[in-house]
Amino acid sequence: MENKNVISIKNLFKRFPVGGDYFTALQEVNLELIEGEFIGLVGPSGSGKTTLLNIIGGLDSATEGIVSVLGNSMEKTSHNERAEIRRKHMGFIFQSYNLLPVYSVFENVELPLILNNIEKAEREKKVSQAIEWVGLSDKKNSKPADMSGGECQRTAIARAIVHEPALLLADEPTANLDAKNSHNIMNILSKLNSEISTSFVFATHDEKIMEYLRRIIHLEDGKIINDENISKPKSA
Amino acid sequence: MLFNIAIKNLLGAKLRTGLNVFVTSISFFLVIFVSGMYDGMREYAKNITIETEVAGGTYWHPEYDSMDPRTFEDSHSIIPTQIKKLIDQNNAFGVLACQASIYPNGRIMPVIMKGITPYQNIVNMPTNVLSQHNDINIPVLIGNGMAKNANLKVGDTFTIRWLDADRTYDADEGTIVHIMETENFKLDLGHIWIPLSKAQSMLVMENEATYVTYAKELSMIKNSGDWVHHNVEYMIRDMEALIKADEPGAQVMYSILLTLAAMGIFNAQVLSIFRRRKEIGTLMALGMTRSRVVGLFTLEGGLNAFLAGIFSLILFGPVLFYFGINGIPLPMDYTEMGMLVAKRLVPVYSIRLIISTTILISIIVIVVSYIPSRKITKMKPTDALRGRAVT
Repeated sequence: MENKNVISIKNLFKRFPVGGDYFTALQEVNLELIEGEFIGLVGPSGSGKTTLLNIIGGLDSATEGIVSVLGNSMEKTSHNERAEIRRKHMGFIFQSYNLLPVYSVFENVELPLILNNIEKAEREKKVSQAIEWVGLSDKKNSKPADMSGGECQRTAIARAIVHEPALLLADEPTANLDAKNSHNIMNILSKLNSEISTSFVFATHDEKIMEYLRRIIHLEDGKIINDENISKPKSA
Repeated sequence: MLFNIAIKNLLGAKLRTGLNVFVTSISFFLVIFVSGMYDGMREYAKNITIETEVAGGTYWHPEYDSMDPRTFEDSHSIIPTQIKKLIDQNNAFGVLACQASIYPNGRIMPVIMKGITPYQNIVNMPTNVLSQHNDINIPVLIGNGMAKNANLKVGDTFTIRWLDADRTYDADEGTIVHIMETENFKLDLGHIWIPLSKAQSMLVMENEATYVTYAKELSMIKNSGDWVHHNVEYMIRDMEALIKADEPGAQVMYSILLTLAAMGIFNAQVLSIFRRRKEIGTLMALGMTRSRVVGLFTLEGGLNAFLAGIFSLILFGPVLFYFGINGIPLPMDYTEMGMLVAKRLVPVYSIRLIISTTILISIIVIVVSYIPSRKITKMKPTDALRGRAVT
């Protein structure tokens, strides 16, 4: 069976203007990701994990190099085209959850489907299913302010997977959580990865996450210093 | 889709929406109320002139010029037959005007002495009091401003000196029988009112008058002899000219009010939208295009203005209605300053004022929703997601 390429990055550089000079956040990054992978971008703060994740997600653009995501050359796409790729084929999980505070769990999870113009009946079915996946069926009418950090992050996961994206990008998803919640979240994500064909990319420096990853890409000072495959990761 | 999200956002953020709607509706209320007061003041000046002075219109002796007292000496004659008929039918009353001097408390004071039909009910003046004092030689009615200026009160007497038709100076004793509360300084300051028949006999001008004022419902008669007809429009032309000249001032005041309202709305909306930049970043990360994000926030602004309109109607509508009926008492009497300002100012809310204010404030709300959200969407999504300050 042929492995489908989800991400292909060649000779990526990212520089940020700082004062009158430039800070190089990423340099000579080359990366391939195939469908269904469960990989982590690992490294200390300032190593370029989040920047790489943002470039893959089309939230930021490369200074140099070729970035192809889900068959789309990101440097050749417009803002609107990148928004469409994110809307239809990507899911995001943020460190600080980024839930809309005035929406309930159900409404937060429903939002990507509304943006994709899914019919109401189908929306309700998919949202209920996603909420069930993350074990929040009894909290579907709660607001983020009334929930714990773990519950908020599970809501964010449900929102990220409800439209069954091809690629899910998670930026430090367990950084604000305690050990128990972190393992819980990783179990959910690992289980989802085995049940649906979504590819997962994590940016993390959380040791607790590492044991779940099947591939770890080590970054340091904006460079990939190691790319290792884990033979026996912890699974759900 | 955007409409549903906008509604959800507005209803979900109860406090934020409530505050924005409240600020906007206060702006609605203040602009309409203050402009209504200003319009009411101008409208009042016109109405008080009609109610107390002009009624349906006037017929003037051809020589008479109300603005030039030097013409008074020659502007009197027998009232033409057709006009006299109106008086006989109680549809008009005559006034005989002349220059005179009074000597209250030993001082000399030039005045315009006007004889008026006591039984008239065509203009709002208490002239009937002039007929209730047969024992008094010359019963005199004056306004409260005149009373204050000349330090006169009811029962006071003073010498009146006048030039009669034979161009002879005469003098006699007048007695104040009533001091009228009037807001029309043109009836008050420098005026004394006496019964028409008394004036005619004093001036030796039997059956003569200077001008005749007729009732509101009447139309102009065909044969008024050589007397000149002046309709209401002519009689209030100076007032209309004053209002027209004041139009730029009114517009400046309206603009200032609107600017103040805009600043309040701008602060509330900008604060609200800039606080939501992380939310905007999230929406962009979830795949909402920039134009849709701007559209969503602009739509929220529009709905905010709509809710504010309804809120203003419910909360401030009764307040506006109350003041529109009962008016607001003013702390001082402006009559002495030669201004036609009511003691109780009744605001006038024209349809034009309400519609133009609603449209303008709605536009302001939409613009101040559009500008900051457009600015935020121009940020990199990564910066918006982190909630970074907009520069």
